[in-house]
Amino acid sequence: MNFLKIDLERLKNEGTSTVTSKERRNFLKLGLAITGVYAGGKILSLSSTFGVAHASGTDFVEKYPYNPHYSMVIRQSLCIDCEKCVDACNKTNHVPKYGYRTRILTRKYQGQLDKKVEFIPVLCNHCNDAPCVRACPTKATYKDAVTGIVRMNSKKCIGCKTCMLACPYDARYFSAERHAVDKCDFCWEERLSKGETQTGCSSACPTGARTFGNLTDPNNIVFKLVHQLEESVWVLRPEDGTKPNIFYMKGNMLSVDNILKGQKFIYSGPSGS
Amino acid sequence: MNRSTIAIAKRWGYHGIDALKKASPGYFMIMGFFALLTLIGAVVGVHGMITGYHHVYNVSREISWGILISAYVFCVVTSTGLCIISSIGHVFGGEAFMPIAKRAVFMSIIFILGGFCIIFFDIENPFRMAIYNVISPNLSSNMWWMGTLYGAYLVFMIIEYYFLLEQNHSLSRLMGFFGLVVGIAAHSNLGAVFGMLHGRPFWYGPYLPIYFIFSAGMSGGCAILFVTTLAWKINPSIMNLRMERAMKAVCQVTIFLISTIIFFTIWKIVTGMVSHDKSLVIMSMINGDYSVNFWVFDIFFGMVLPLFLLFLSRGTNYNMILWATGLMMIGIFFMRYDIVIPGQMVSVYHALGVEEGLEIIKYKPSFHEIMATLFGLSFIGFAYLAGEKMLNGHQLEKHEIVPEGGYICPGCGAIHFMQEGESEQDAMKRQHNIW
Ligand code: SF4
Ligand code: SF4
Repeated sequence: MNFLKIDLERLKNEGTSTVTSKERRNFLKLGLAITGVYAGGKILSLSSTFGVAHASGTDFVEKYPYNPHYSMVIRQSLCIDCEKCVDACNKTNHVPKYGYRTRILTRKYQGQLDKKVEFIPVLCNHCNDAPCVRACPTKATYKDAVTGIVRMNSKKCIGCKTCMLACPYDARYFSAERHAVDKCDFCWEERLSKGETQTGCSSACPTGARTFGNLTDPNNIVFKLVHQLEESVWVLRPEDGTKPNIFYMKGNMLSVDNILKGQKFIYSGPSGS
Repeated sequence: MNRSTIAIAKRWGYHGIDALKKASPGYFMIMGFFALLTLIGAVVGVHGMITGYHHVYNVSREISWGILISAYVFCVVTSTGLCIISSIGHVFGGEAFMPIAKRAVFMSIIFILGGFCIIFFDIENPFRMAIYNVISPNLSSNMWWMGTLYGAYLVFMIIEYYFLLEQNHSLSRLMGFFGLVVGIAAHSNLGAVFGMLHGRPFWYGPYLPIYFIFSAGMSGGCAILFVTTLAWKINPSIMNLRMERAMKAVCQVTIFLISTIIFFTIWKIVTGMVSHDKSLVIMSMINGDYSVNFWVFDIFFGMVLPLFLLFLSRGTNYNMILWATGLMMIGIFFMRYDIVIPGQMVSVYHALGVEEGLEIIKYKPSFHEIMATLFGLSFIGFAYLAGEKMLNGHQLEKHEIVPEGGYICPGCGAIHFMQEGESEQDAMKRQHNIW
């Protein structure tokens, strides 16, 4: 069968060099007012100045629509496809065998000198403009007004599966056990609501590829990663205008670690061992 | 039977169970076949419900809507279409279309009920729907609007049908108008259920809500021609001059609408081919997995052949019309399938270039899904056959709208108009050139 050739060059992150400083500044403003990296689909990458972000101070923080505004930054190059996060998720949230809330996608670059593989963890983006929430006829899925987590009220779910098709990130499945659609809730039910600060997957990740935290807190790791200067940050499918809260970056540059200096971050062993 | 039921029966042209008893053994066998299939379909459907659909249905996380949804779409499109085409006559006063009204409204109710039968076995928690659709409505959800409006549509159509039977034409007209408005709103919302899904480029955009309305008209025209010519086979006496004229008129409208849909389809394909997002799906229709569906059923049986045959029939060769529209109904069923399934074939991660999103996602309906579909379709077949007998072929006689100043000609059955100072007799003579 014939398949389209994917133009990998085009898919690649645009990098900061293609973004003028004016665009960058505008973009930053945009990023401050509405979370989720999105600029009309043109700029796939966000690059903001750490200093500028700080300079705008508390103003900036107040403009995030939720507090705590939960978010995850995925440092793609650190992912080694060990799938410990997937196992942890399945266990924590009692995910049945036929379903998953998060998975690791594989991208192969061919035609280069050395064949390169890249792993991309995906999960629900807890979109600020969530198509699933709009599509659900009975408000069984909703955006939590405090945390911004997109959650399920299972007893209202009629099982029409519209949300599964509405989601542009394939983040939902129907759970026969729950008699409702199931999806990632940033471990709200099983962990966060019980006082934990990390999700199952982020605490299980041995390399620190998944970092979870509060985007409204300038001292939080996700805030720092999203607003650092050195590396590009992007989101998946920005053209859909969903304003996702899962950010991606390469995460293999030393610079990131420099930024993180002073932030206790464990690179080896799950759950802070 | 007491006196009042007899009176109602007479007013409504209701011939009751007795008429069924008089049916030929062959007729009985076909009806029995449909009844049996309805029953088996329901039993298999309930079995699937108890076992859990994810064990017996082939729908998956990626292809979450399968043949059941496409069959539902088929039924409600046909129902809306019957309502649209018949409304030309009994709502807007297009005289030529009037004789088809009773059968069309009856069938439009049956088709939507058939659709509801089918979707009952698709929705995982149908009983919750009754509660939370009411107490927790999401007004920004097309799915909510579609369900709610179709519920209202069914109610209007039933009331309309009642008034048609009662020969209360002003009320039936009013209800017919409401039914039409609500039906069209419901139907374009159904298109929008698909058209407003991000990340499904094959559906996304205003195309489907618009296409669905025109396509409904085409399906409705086809369905009217089909059920009427079939009724003529069952009981040739249903044809009279008025009905013949109506058939011609519906035939013309249907030809026009088929041409419109051909036009829609051509542009869908041509624009799709140059779109990076859609070409995978379009190519699978042109020369891939869906090419037989597309070329043989959608294009040939669904449009080209009926267009040709209807043209050839001149609206008067009923055998030819029967064949053309019978095959066309099958073609239209595939058309719906080929909108619903291919829209989900491409992974949302396709453009990301990941291994998991490269291949087209496959789907084949399972035994349980097919049986649950047949449950609804054979219910329609059964209800149609029963209706033809029990309602005496939806015969017209006194059951139609007669515009002011007109009367139904006892000779030919058409509506004649009297000129000033003219008696019925004179008018008839004038109309029929009898001196
Ligand atoms: S990723 Fe999908 S499930 Fe999650 S909020 Fe967005 S649309 Fe909804
Ligand atoms: S499947 Fe459940 S959560 Fe999803 S749209 Fe339907 S009712 Fe809402």
